Formats: sequence, structure tokens, C-alpha cells
Amino acid sequence: MSKTVTLTIDGKQVTVPEGTLIVDAAKKIGVDIPVFCYHPKMQPVGMCRMCLVEVGRPVVDRATGQVVKNEDGTPQIRFAPNLMTACTTPVSEGMVVLTESEKAHDGHRAIIEFLLTSHPLDCPICDKGGECPLQELTMRHGPPQGRFPYEDKIHFEKHFPLGELIYLDRERCILCGRCIRYQAEIVGEPVIGFYQRGRATEIVTYSDPGFDSYFSGNTTDICPVGALTTADFRFGARAWELKAEASICAQCPVGCNIVFNTRREAKSGGRVVIKRVMPRQNEEVNELWICDKGRFVHHYTHSAERLSRPLMRKGETLQPVSWEDALRTAAEKFEAAGKEVLVLASGRLSNEDLFNLKALADGLGGRAVLYGDMGGGDLTTLVGVGQGTNLATLGAGDAILVIASDLQEEAPIWWLRVKQAAERGATLIVANPRATKLDTYASFVIRYANGDEVQTVLNLAKKTDKIGQAFAEAENAVVFFGSEGLGLEGSQRLAVACAHLLRETGHVGKPNNGLIGVWQRANDQGAWELGFEPVADLQAAFEQAGAVYIVGADPFGDGRLTLDGVKERPFLVVQEILPTPTTEVADLVLPAQAYAEREGTYVSGERRVQRFYAALPPYGEARPDFAITAAIGKRLGLDLEDGSAEKVFERLAVTQPAFENLTYARLAEVREQWPIVGRGDLYYGGTAYENRRGLGVQLVPAAQREEPVTLPEVQGEAGPRPEEDEWLGVPVTRLLDRGTTVLLSTLLHRRIGEPFVVVHPMAAERLSLAEGQKARLTVNGASAEVTVRVDETVSAGVVLVPRSMGLPLYEPMKVSLKAL
Amino acid sequence: MSLAEKYPQEVERILAKYPPEHKRSAVMPLLYLAQREEGYITKAAMQDVAQLLEMTETEVAAIIGFYTLYHDKKEGKYRMQVCTDLPCALRGADQFLEELCENLGIQVGETTADGLITLEEVKCLAACDKAPMFQLQSGEGIEYYENMTVDKTMELIEALRKAGKEVE
Amino acid sequence: MAYILLRHREIPDIHEIDVYEKHGGFAALKKAVTEMTPEQVTEEVKASGLRGRGGAGFPTGLKWSFMDKNNWPHYVVANADESEPGTFKDREIMERNPFQFLEGVAIASYAVGANRAYIYLRGEFWPIAHFLDEKIAEMEKAGYLGERLFGTDYSLHIYTHLGAGAYICGEETALLESLEGKRGQPRIRPPFPPSYGLYGKPTVVNNVETLTNVPYIIANGAQAYRQFGTEKSPGVKIFSLSGCVNRPGNYELPLGTTFRELIFEHGGGIPEGRNIKAIMPAGASSSFIVATDEALDTPMDYESVPNVGAQLGSASVIVIDDSVSMDWVVEKTIHFFQHESCGKCTPCREGTYWMRKLIERIRHADGTEEEVALLKDVAMQIRGKCLCALGEFSTMAVVSGIERFAPDFEKAVATSSPE
Ligand SMILES: Cc1cc2nc3c(=O)[nH]c(=O)nc-3n(C[C@H](O)[C@H](O)[C@H](O)COP(=O)(O)O)c2cc1C
Ligand code: SF4
Ligand code: FES
Repeated sequence: MSKTVTLTIDGKQVTVPEGTLIVDAAKKIGVDIPVFCYHPKMQPVGMCRMCLVEVGRPVVDRATGQVVKNEDGTPQIRFAPNLMTACTTPVSEGMVVLTESEKAHDGHRAIIEFLLTSHPLDCPICDKGGECPLQELTMRHGPPQGRFPYEDKIHFEKHFPLGELIYLDRERCILCGRCIRYQAEIVGEPVIGFYQRGRATEIVTYSDPGFDSYFSGNTTDICPVGALTTADFRFGARAWELKAEASICAQCPVGCNIVFNTRREAKSGGRVVIKRVMPRQNEEVNELWICDKGRFVHHYTHSAERLSRPLMRKGETLQPVSWEDALRTAAEKFEAAGKEVLVLASGRLSNEDLFNLKALADGLGGRAVLYGDMGGGDLTTLVGVGQGTNLATLGAGDAILVIASDLQEEAPIWWLRVKQAAERGATLIVANPRATKLDTYASFVIRYANGDEVQTVLNLAKKTDKIGQAFAEAENAVVFFGSEGLGLEGSQRLAVACAHLLRETGHVGKPNNGLIGVWQRANDQGAWELGFEPVADLQAAFEQAGAVYIVGADPFGDGRLTLDGVKERPFLVVQEILPTPTTEVADLVLPAQAYAEREGTYVSGERRVQRFYAALPPYGEARPDFAITAAIGKRLGLDLEDGSAEKVFERLAVTQPAFENLTYARLAEVREQWPIVGRGDLYYGGTAYENRRGLGVQLVPAAQREEPVTLPEVQGEAGPRPEEDEWLGVPVTRLLDRGTTVLLSTLLHRRIGEPFVVVHPMAAERLSLAEGQKARLTVNGASAEVTVRVDETVSAGVVLVPRSMGLPLYEPMKVSLKAL
Repeated sequence: MSLAEKYPQEVERILAKYPPEHKRSAVMPLLYLAQREEGYITKAAMQDVAQLLEMTETEVAAIIGFYTLYHDKKEGKYRMQVCTDLPCALRGADQFLEELCENLGIQVGETTADGLITLEEVKCLAACDKAPMFQLQSGEGIEYYENMTVDKTMELIEALRKAGKEVE
Repeated sequence: MAYILLRHREIPDIHEIDVYEKHGGFAALKKAVTEMTPEQVTEEVKASGLRGRGGAGFPTGLKWSFMDKNNWPHYVVANADESEPGTFKDREIMERNPFQFLEGVAIASYAVGANRAYIYLRGEFWPIAHFLDEKIAEMEKAGYLGERLFGTDYSLHIYTHLGAGAYICGEETALLESLEGKRGQPRIRPPFPPSYGLYGKPTVVNNVETLTNVPYIIANGAQAYRQFGTEKSPGVKIFSLSGCVNRPGNYELPLGTTFRELIFEHGGGIPEGRNIKAIMPAGASSSFIVATDEALDTPMDYESVPNVGAQLGSASVIVIDDSVSMDWVVEKTIHFFQHESCGKCTPCREGTYWMRKLIERIRHADGTEEEVALLKDVAMQIRGKCLCALGEFSTMAVVSGIERFAPDFEKAVATSSPE
């Protein structure tokens, strides 16, 4: 335990750990010292000078070392001649701090007045208006009248784009440097910076594209004025018109806690729409941050293309039908198919949806299949990270292995947290066939050849080199495994090897230890928990089925399923929110509510069950997935819960051991978190929301429940190797792909780019291709035009093919690549 | 050609000055090197420095913008930087500059028509006892000219002009 | 009096290594490295009472003794940024008596156990940096620098580093940032460089002149040094004399010499027919001393100058006579600080700009009495709130000018009109 210090702030005593800064100590007892440049997640710089306070210390007699006492026995306090910055001054024993004295107020007044001399005071048209600390502090401390003539202000061209996503208003900028320090210190991507000096200082970016970072949106939250705004929210709404509802980001397995800010507006036809996505504090998941995909992808929710009514096939076309007709038809077809029903659902769905779908499949004796091409979820339920895991507590003495995953692309906030753990001293082992951005922070980089995944883990388990030893000897160890370069079977084998490694080194069954899957969808882990698994040959499963119920997946769009050559097609029911190539070939289309329109829960990759709430009213006649399934089930005589998501969850919790004792109420519990943000004084941590709707609960893996855990045997190789004179195409994941929802967010188009492949520069040369040139890629008979990129860390003979970029490649396979 | 290719010895010598784990320290000397040829730092040179030191271009730009002796725009071959700070001004520097402007037919901040001289006003150069004075900055470096008169300055400019012609 | 610092004035070729050697050069370094422990060297400098000549006057030996012994490596950085308007002493030392300065750097490095020392020169000192590089190479060749000096285990390398035009880089923490390849903006202090300096390691930053004193102290002992100057401000100081004087230049004199002696005996007085009006003893950062007889007879040392309302600082004495109006001087100083404000902290960045706008209105537009009052108010509002001393310095001339030379500002207001 660290030593504590007791001091007095504005007459109130407070005891805090040694080294605490005055601002933070004050915050703990509800004293808000105004700040601009200080942010509790970053190193103090003391540059804005807003936090000036009076600081006194007990007078110590040099000779005796004793505190000098006043006549009344109280210690004599000597105040520093100048005000001091509370954000840079650590507390000391017996210190006396005055934040509301005449002198301190003078300091606050002075700084506000100085800041306003260069501020445009355009609050009526400023996005930050209403949640702006400068505005609030001006009300509290500002001069009643300006003493600085308006015509003496420096004027800049307004709304300068720092790239497509973030705009800068240089007049409003108070040069606190939070955004620049955030990018440099927290993200490690210093792509924005100060240019010039003194009064001429401005923020610039020289990256291409401008402000090139997946975390750029966070700077708009922590900007204490309206200088940085997002391209999609600027001039979009006033802060006080917005409703806020808690949710969970559905873009990746991290499960960032977010808030949807919504508004009913005329320009959207009187509908309630999402105006922006804000982080919601969860220090164990995403702290105060979200990535740009999570922030900017929401536009699909108000796409005019949304499915609003059930549709039934009449010949060539799909025609609207009543729900009654639709449900009856579905029930009849499923009943007729019986055991031959195939339910194909994705990890985009909530636990409640998946639970009902599984119950439906089980009730009919049919098959429930998870749509996806990554395996290993059965292992994460056994030896996944223990309850109580918090990546923020990993540091010196601990180890993290990231294998077959480009974490920044696949789960950006995990990337951030793993980076920070490494910076705190954790041993970070990054094993991947090519270089990724995480390498910079790694203690050890293992570059294995495609096909050597399992062997790489086995080598670590042998503990013969210092990497294996470091992992084995770590106090705590976590393994992130992904599916870079692998298909279903390969990632499954990799997971098995990782599970063995963890168990053999004693890193299972406790907090901060265990296996984490870097899944492709937000609730893939939940699907595995509920008994869903992917199949190797989806096409065969499809063709053998009597009726197929596809929910939340687009296998025809992805090129995973085809009707070509199918002699006897099964009856196809598709439940979706948007029209897709899959709904186009359906016999029956059931319109589902987007997750933002309803309640539910997801299980994150760290196996945290988290609630999301309804932020938008339902769209058209769309219904929640679980309710549609229950309604079909009812017609089949199955007892499925359709009352509410909560009711479904109650049932789920009694039947699924991992979910034992979980309730919606427990998931909604909160505790005080540090730093304290969002309580009236929105300037402290930025505009990230305080968490009032639940921190979630982590599931207990089998290993922590002290159940016997039987792991499957480790098997051979995870994937093929490139052969002489052949190209081995391997899948990789990109954050911004060409998935339907991403493409509907036009703002992101430039960042997504055109379909591309990556090869070694020498390979490119052999094909007479150079970076940026076009080529033709042929996979499995399908062919597409791609842009060639080069990366000298890619193995010769290997072509990286991004998933969901319109190129149907899901596992390593032979491809052909030719110059156009 | 990159800086490292153009000036291999200089780059090596500069990098050797600093502990290898702190090679970012070399950014200032490398920027002088980058400025040598053109008298200002081109975008390509900036990228070069960034790459050499594993910095982002934005970080390099932030340095260029902060310090007054780095330039991001093409100006005259020589920058004549006259000190008009307090001590020099007490010894007639303001008037010297004014007369120089008249003689050259340009304002402070402007460049002579032949692109030879850009006239600038700067702060104290630590030559206060030898005012009026100025420094001449070019890609090659910096030189002081002290106890100057307008006539002496015009002679110097003439000499520079000739020297430049001869080289061409 | 024989020179201690400006020895080239007696021995013109002292910048040649053999000449320097012939006149006792490097004896102090050899003595330190071969006969004394680092602690003894530090103690000797402490005993000499030498105080920093960069402006703050901090006791040099004490600073060296603060170096954190649990954190290595240590660095020494010589501050050759010399950018205070009116200061031009370090330049003369480096140009004319370079070896004595370098020897001082070497002794300081030995005293604090540094194996690397950097000389941070303002960018304008480009030729001086190249000159010093040559001198360093000569020393290396002669065995005064490099590996295993004088056969001991001690090794030392000295490197020059050029700034690029920023007054703030004279402030020691801004200097360190700049040396690390960043924007030259001051760090918050504490921690001070002896615990957290270059690359986060313990670092001594000393002014060129400070270091140039060290060889004398080691060679002749602390007591010999203390024969000059006063009890609390011992030793000699180079006074950079500029402005309205007949013989501007550097004068090496004992601390405690009066302003009158400097200006009238050494500096040759002021031009005929004029009267001395004000003195800025610490360059542009200085308050104005009203040039009364009492003020002129004040000894120039760290303790006495405050009695007449200013600081000794870097002892860059700018003399102002009665042909000059103080509002003009104030405009010059404000321009300087506004131009050099690094922009990191609010009061300095915004305050210096505001003061600039005000003085320009007062002098060149239809300024009012209220604006003069406001100017002083803004200056007072900057005080005590800045991150580093530059902001504070920017107010010195403003406040003391308006307080002590009010009629000049009244006249400015009365006569100014829009241009
Ligand atoms: C704005 C500012 C500018 C300074 N400029 C210089 C300078 O040019 N040269 C110098 O030696 N010290 C300068 N200093 C003082 C240094 O911060 C530091 O105190 C000094 O280098 C310490 O050396 P010394 O103890 O030998 O004086 C400056 C300080 C400030 C606040
Ligand atoms: S006082 Fe001026 S120079 Fe110093 S940190 Fe603040 S802005 Fe920069
Ligand atoms: S200086 Fe303390 S918050 Fe900015």
C-alpha cells in the first residue's frame, strides 16, 4: 500500500495517496478546480494556468524539524507568494489549499479574460455550446465586459478540415494541447501537432489522409471548447436538445460502452435519429475512448433503405405481406422441414435473440450454426479470461501474447489497452506473419511463416527460449488469438494450442489470465456461450437443409453461399434490417429492429455481459429478432419467451450455467470510477458520459468454476504454406471494410478505399506491378480488380486479401494474381 | 535523392552526436542540412528527415514552425536579417533599416527583384555594441556584419550579386 | 587588473591550443581529474561562492551537488543561447577564449560524473559552433577530451548543438526540450534538471560565463577567487554595456562595481549634452532603474541592485538617455517578448499580444489615459501566473516604465494620433 497524505482543501480534510495532484484530491471531495489543459488520463503540463490556487504549507523549524505551531496550537501555514497550478502540484502533508479565495478567483478571472481575448465568442453557432467549460467558466469568472477590442483579434479561416472526419476552428482553439497530447501520449500516433509559436500557434496535420488515426474522434470529446468537431455532428444539433441512451458498440468484440445521442428532427422526416455516438465511461473496457468506426458508422441506422415490412416471394419479386401471413408461412415451412431446419445466425445478434433461435432449432431437432469463419469459442468458454479481469491492471511482471491478429485493425480499443499495458511494463509478445502497428510496443516480435501458427505456440510452451520463459514466468498472462491468415479450422487449432499453453503455464481460471478471441463480430463470444458453432462447409449445410432461417447475416453478399448449381433449393427465410443480396434471394423476409431500437445484451471478447438499451423508436413494422423467433416458435407449439428481452434473459440465466445468477438489474449496477467525469462539470474528462446504466458482469469460465476442463488434443498445422510458383491468398481483417453498414456511412469512404491486396515488394516486381497499380485477383473462380500494395514484411508467395472487401476469401487458399 | 544519399558523411556525423536511442535530437541539425540546398525546407526534405528519425511529418513540421531560422517557403538566396531590437535601435538600427529599404526599393519582408536578398527584421543577435548590424542567412549558414552603414551594405550586396553571377 | 575571463584581451592568440597551454591552460582540468575527487571539485566551486551568470544567480557548486546519484547517466549542458537583448558576453568568450570555456565544461562534467556534455548555442552562432567543433577536435587530439583522460577511467565527449532562433531556448528546461528534438517550450518545474534533465536524466545546465570561471577556481583555489567581488557576490562578472554610451562593449569587473564606474569610467560616459535617464541592468527583462545619483552609486551585485528596483540578472546594462522616450522603449520590449513568447501558457501568450496591441494604440493611434492604465493592469495580471519567467520578464519594463516615467506616457497619449 502506498503512503497517504492528509490535507485541507477549502476547509475540508481529505486523505489521498502520496503523489496525488491537488486537482484530483479536490475532485474526490467534490471541489471542482477549473482546468483546461489538464486531463486525468494524461501527464500534467500546467500550460493553460486555469487551475491556479493558493497553496500553503506548514512551517517547519529548520533546526528541530518540527512544525511550528500558532498560539492556539494549530500549525503555522505559510502560503506561497504566487498562485500555483493545482494540476501539477502534488499534495503534501498538512497542505492547505484555497480554491475560492479572493486571490484564487483573481487568478481564474485573469486566465479566462486572457483566453477570451482571442476567442471568437461565437457560442450561438458552436457545437460545444451548452457543454463547454469555457462557456461555463466565463459565466462564473468572466469579466462582465470585454476590455479587449474585437477588431484586435486575430482571425483565421474557420472550419479547417484536418481530414474528412475532424474539423478545426482555429479561432476557438485555446491551445491547451489536449488533442495533440492525446495522440502522442495515449495513442502513440502523433499525427497532429502545433505549428508556429506564441499567439500564432495553430494545430496542423501533415499526415495523408489528414489526421490519420483510428482514434481521432476522441480528441473532439476531450477538446474543452468547440475547436475540434466531427464532420458529421458539426452544426448538427445543440447539446441540450439531445437525448442520451446507453448502449454498447456493436462493431467489434471489445464492447465499448457508448451513448447514442438522439433527436427528433424535421429534416429526418420527423423521425428520431442518432446525431452522434459518445463514449460512456467503463474503466475496465474502454475507459473514456471509442474508435472512429464506432463513432462514425451509425449512419446506417437511418438509411432510407431499411426494411420496414415483411416481404414474401411472388415469382420473381418480393411483395409486402402482413406479419400474420409471414409468421404463419415461416412456421409452416419450418414444421415441414423438421430436423432439416438450418438456423444460420451471426454474432451481430444479442444473446436474447440467439437464445430463442437456438431454442427454436433445438425444438425442431434442427441445426443452429454460427455464421463466421473463426473457431475457438468453445475454448474461451473453458479457459477464457477469469472474472475480474481488467487489462488496465496488467503491467510489470505480466505477459500478453497477441497471435494471428492485427489488433489495431480488429479491435482498436484492445490495441490501445495492450499498448498501455506494455508501456506499464508488461511483457508483450506479438506473433504474426507480418508486421503490425503493435510491434512497436512489443518486448518480443515473433514473425512466423504462414502455416506455423500452432508450432509457434508449441515452441513457446517448451520454454526453451527467453520468450517462452517470460510467458511462463509471468504473474498473469493473457492470450489474444485471432484469425489473420487462417480459416475456421486453422483458428480452431490455434485456439487449442493457446489453451494448452495457458493451462500448462498456470494461466487459467483466475482474473487477468486466460484466452481472448479476437472475433469478427460484437457477440460472437455470446453465440459460442449459447451453443452456436460455425461449420466448415456452409454450402453443403445449406443444400442439405429443408428450410433455412438466416438471421443477421449476408452469406450471399459475402460470397459464402450461392444458388448456382443448387438443384433443390431449401425454403429461405431471412431476418434482416437492410436489404442485402441474401434478402434478394429469400422466399420470406422478416424486418428486424436495429439493435439501437431495442434492448438486449452482448458478451464481449473478455466475456463481459453488457446491456444495451433502446435509443430509437422502432422502425416501421420491424420487430426485435427474439420476438419474431418466439412468434414463429409459438406457432410451432414451442414455448419461447416473447415478453421482453429481460424475460428472455431470465430464462437464459437459469438454463446456461455460465450465466448463473445474472439479471438485468445486476448488469445495470455501477460503481464510482476514477477519473470522475461528466457530473455537471463537463470539462474534466471531456464530454464522455458517466456510466449510469451498468458496468456489466464478466462470465465465469469453466476453469474458474473449478469444473474439470478437458481440452482437445493439439493438432498439426493450422494452415497450408505457399507452394512454389503459386500464390497463397490469406485473409486479413481491416477495421474499415466494405460491409453493408460501413459502406452506408459515406463519411468513411475515403478511409475504406478500394479493394486491395498486399504482397511483398519483390513479388510485386515479379508481376511487374508497383504500389498503387491495378491487378486482377481470382479466388475460387470469382475474380475482381484490386489495387496492389506492398509490404516488405509479407512472406514471398503470400497475398493478403482483406475480408469483407468484396473478395470472397475466408481461409488460406490458392489464388491467382495478374497485372491488368 | 534523399538527405542520407546526398550528404552521407554529414548525416552520419550528426547522428553520432546523440545517444542512438535519442536520435530525435538530430532533428535540428538535420533540418539545417535539409535547408542547405534550397534555402528552405521542401516537403520532400521534411519527409526525409521524418523517415530518418522515425518521426511523423507533423512532428517535423512542428519543429520547423517553432524556430525562426527554419523556413518553409522559398525566398531570396540571402536573408538579410537586421536587428532592430532595443540596444541596436538605441544606436540607430531603425533608421538604418529604413534607409536600406529605400536603397533596395523593397519593404521589410520583401525580396529584391533578382531574388538575391530578402530583407527581414529580427530580434537581438548578441551584437548590441556593434550596431547597426545584421546577419546574412543562406542555405550555407549564417554570417554577422557589424558596425554597418548603408553604403557598406550596398557594396556587400553588389559583391554578392557579382559572386552569384560568376558562379553561374 | 589581470583578466580572469576575457584573457584574450591580454593574450590575443589564446584560442590557439599551444598558446592556451603555455599560459597554464588545462592545468586545472588535469588537476581536477588526476588529483581531486568529483566531490572535492564541487566543494571547491561551492567554497568559491560562484553564482550562475545566466541570470538567476544560483550558487553553482550547490547546483552540482543536487545531481541525483541514483540515476545515471548524468549530463552537462552549457547554455550558450545568449539571447537576452543587450547580452553579448558569452559570444566574446567563445569566439576569443574558447579553450577556457571548454575546460570549464570538462571540469564541470568531471565534477558531476558526466561522460557527455552538450553546448547549446543559439542558431545565429553558427560560425561559433563550427569554431568550437574545431577546438573540441584539437582538445581530443591533445588528450584533453575523449576516452580515459590523463590515464584515468574518466572519459568525456563534448558536442555542440545549434538552436534555430528562439529566445525561450535560453530557459534551461526549454533548452533541454529543444536539445531532445522538440519544440523549445519550458517544462513544469519541479523537477529541476539536476533530478530530471536531458532525456529525463540528471543534468547540470550552466551558463557559458559561469563555466569559464571554473578553471580559475580550480587552478587557484576558492579563496583566490573570493578576493574579487563582495562577500555574497564574489568574483568577477562581464558586464555587457550597450545603448546610449560612448564605448559600448564587454567589461570584466569585480561584482560590486558601481553603475557609475561602469558607465562613466569604462564606458566613456554618454554622448555630449545628454543626461542619463534610465538603466536596464538585466537587458530587456529588466525593470527600469531611474538614474538618480543614488542609483548610479549602487554596486552591481545580486544583493544591491534590488534596492533600486531591479535585478542584476545577466548584467546586460542598457543605458538610456534623455533623448529617448520611455514609451518607445516599452514598445520595443513588448515587441520582443510578444515575438518570443513560446505560446505554451495562456497569460504570456495572450497577455504579451494584448500588451502589444495596447502600446501600439497608445503610441500610434488615438490612445487614451485609460489604455495606459489598462496596459499596466494587463501586465500586473500576467505577473505571478506564468509557466516560466519569460512571461514575468515581459512585464518588467511595462510596469516600471509606466510607474516611474509616467510623463512620457502622458505625452504619448497626448500626441499620438491615428496613422
Ligand atoms: C526566458 C529565459 C531566458 C534565458 N536565457 C538564458 C540565456 O540566454 N543564457 C543563459 O545562460 N541563461 C538563460 N536563462 C537562465 C537559464 O534558465 C538558467 O538559469 C541558466 O542557464 C543556468 O545557468 P547558471 O546557473 O550558470 O546561470 C534564461 C532564463 C529564462 C527564464
Ligand atoms: S511564460 Fe511565455 S515563454 Fe514561458 S511558458 Fe509561458 S508562454 Fe512560454
Ligand atoms: S494549467 Fe492546470 S489545468 Fe491547465
